[in-house]
Amino acid sequence: MKFNIKKIAPQLLTLLFVILVFGFFSYNAQLNMENRGIDFGYGFLSQESSFDVQFSLIEYDGSHSYFRAYLVGLLNTILVSVIGIILATIIGVIVGIARLSSNYLIKNTAAFYVEFFRNIPLLLQIFFWYFAALRALPLPQDTESIMGVFYLTIKGLFIPAFIWENFNIFLYSIVAAVVSIVVIKNYAKRKRENEGKQIPVFLISIGLLFILPFLSFLIGGVSLSFEIPVLKKLAKTSYIYEGGVGIPPELIALTLALSLYTATFIAECVRAGIQGVGKGQKEAAASIGLNPNQILKLVVMPQALRIIIPPTTNQYLNLTKNSSLAAAIAYPDLVLVFAGTALMQTGKAIEIVSITMLTYLSLSLSISVLMNWYNKKIAIKEK
Amino acid sequence: MFKIVKQLTSLVAVFAVLFAFTTETMAAKKSKTLKNTQKKGFVRCGVSQGLPGFSNADAAGNWTGVDVDVCRAVAAAVLGDASKVKFTPLSAKERFTALTSGEIDVLSRNTTWTLSRDADIGLTFVGVNFYDGQGFMVRKNSGINSVNDFKDGISACTNIGTTTELNMRDFFNSKGISYEPVAFEKADEVVAAYDAGRCDTYTTDKSGLAAQRTKMSNPDDHMVLPETISKEPLGPVVRQGDAVWEDIVRWSLNTMIEAEEYGITSANADMMKTSENPAIKRLVGAEGELGAAFGLDNEWSLRIIKQVGNYGESYERNIAAPGILPDRGPNQLWTKGGILYVPPAR
Repeated sequence: MKFNIKKIAPQLLTLLFVILVFGFFSYNAQLNMENRGIDFGYGFLSQESSFDVQFSLIEYDGSHSYFRAYLVGLLNTILVSVIGIILATIIGVIVGIARLSSNYLIKNTAAFYVEFFRNIPLLLQIFFWYFAALRALPLPQDTESIMGVFYLTIKGLFIPAFIWENFNIFLYSIVAAVVSIVVIKNYAKRKRENEGKQIPVFLISIGLLFILPFLSFLIGGVSLSFEIPVLKKLAKTSYIYEGGVGIPPELIALTLALSLYTATFIAECVRAGIQGVGKGQKEAAASIGLNPNQILKLVVMPQALRIIIPPTTNQYLNLTKNSSLAAAIAYPDLVLVFAGTALMQTGKAIEIVSITMLTYLSLSLSISVLMNWYNKKIAIKEK
Repeated sequence: MFKIVKQLTSLVAVFAVLFAFTTETMAAKKSKTLKNTQKKGFVRCGVSQGLPGFSNADAAGNWTGVDVDVCRAVAAAVLGDASKVKFTPLSAKERFTALTSGEIDVLSRNTTWTLSRDADIGLTFVGVNFYDGQGFMVRKNSGINSVNDFKDGISACTNIGTTTELNMRDFFNSKGISYEPVAFEKADEVVAAYDAGRCDTYTTDKSGLAAQRTKMSNPDDHMVLPETISKEPLGPVVRQGDAVWEDIVRWSLNTMIEAEEYGITSANADMMKTSENPAIKRLVGAEGELGAAFGLDNEWSLRIIKQVGNYGESYERNIAAPGILPDRGPNQLWTKGGILYVPPAR
């Protein structure tokens, strides 16, 4: 009993202390807000926002609510994070493996890249890519097209828009392809384990992934056409491309800066992971007759991933949080749209900042949960 | 056991401090701001991050501008020395939070007086030190000579967190033009992006356009369109809830404007003490007890005029002389065809 009190008392006191500190702060905030005649409440979320946003994934203009503006910002944050994470992972894995190359040039180029990009503050890099790109890119009317349909200009990258007919049938065909690939993969696995037969699953999968969607065009009534951007004159010296899809230079610069920066850290994780697999493992694999490809795929990578995944999760979280630097270069992310313009127009600082904090927390926790699930899946399974 | 006692005592100590802090907060006295300012020995003033003519720091960190002069006037009135101001550069987004949270005591940062700002967010506007309106800047060679030349798809660079964003939407909607808003957090980036050609037009208050044009790589390549699309009365702001402090800031500004009206300048202020005109004598503290109402001495207004100068001097020094807006336009005294008109100091 005596032991228990000793154990519990400090914890209870700490808990009490935390509650009191929070209580004090919220009481104080409430008191100060009352003194200064500021109302507290989330009612403003349904009011009309009356400001426009440059770039939005959902339909939005100033006649929509502040909540809608919040969604616009959130989706833009998710967009840049997802693209950033994918790009950073691809670059990171390539550079990480390149650092272990025996080729002097490849090895040192990769090392230089890592040291250079991870030692310069991210905000500077964002400014560099944005303003360097703006200075370097041509005006719309001076732009040479890339392959006749892409236009990279100071006002953004203009690409053809896809115009689908019966898009849902096309989607079904993709789903059907994926399902049949899974079935075949399981069948091949059983075949291999029971009868020792190898089935070329990879080739069959690729084939299915092409043939089924192709069939949907032939017999499913799916058709695809392109709307190519066309130059439009706004004034004597100002032009813009119309039609097609315009990707703002802010998004391009931000994605580039975020992924190049984060990729350096991921590259180091990958290198550490591969180097962390014992040399004996590779030798043992070679001695039972696996070829180098199989060694990498079946022996080295599964073990390396266990080392790579946890620190890489951190980098994904960092990238997501760093995307809030977007405000500096006018990319309308959550911080710029919601914790920026909306906060200013409503003056609801505490409400908006608390919502924004909770949103980033949820985003980070979702990524963590996903990565932890994956980590568990590839962890050593004790039998 | 000893460990727990130790923890407990430290906890008690922490609470004692917290409690003392709370009682201090609750015992809000009459004009706490004035008392705090006098105790600290400087006025805490929020300004812009660099807008020539309004609030701009030189290489040595000296702030100048008409907005800066309002804070200097307050310092001259309450502390007796116009140089005793601590300037905090704020972005448009940060400014109101800085004021309501008590980080600064006066916000003098080309801020537009609107109903919702005045009524909603715990702020009080004390007056207008610059009558402005939103305009558009374009490249001279673009062939755009009026807002009527704007076409669908035009891109407009601007700042976030200002009335500009709202006015821009109202304007383009009323004209039925679709546009691409490119909104930055800081003014410097807006200028850089517009200058690089990211946007076809740059929109903000006309005074701001005139001031920022001087920062462009080639100022002569740009021009401000003649149309004004909004009313932007800019003025100093204080926190709600301290009526005395509010009055001090309001009348510091009014003193500068009224001094110009009566021809009192920093050079002749002392001589004006012997003037025949009672209104002038009141302004230079030779008659009446005007300072007493604020808890100040009777020379508070004289110090403002002597150390900062009247409104006309401030305008000439900060806005006209550097060539930002040589024409005072509406910011001329009502007696000279402008709309500057302040209640009498009596």
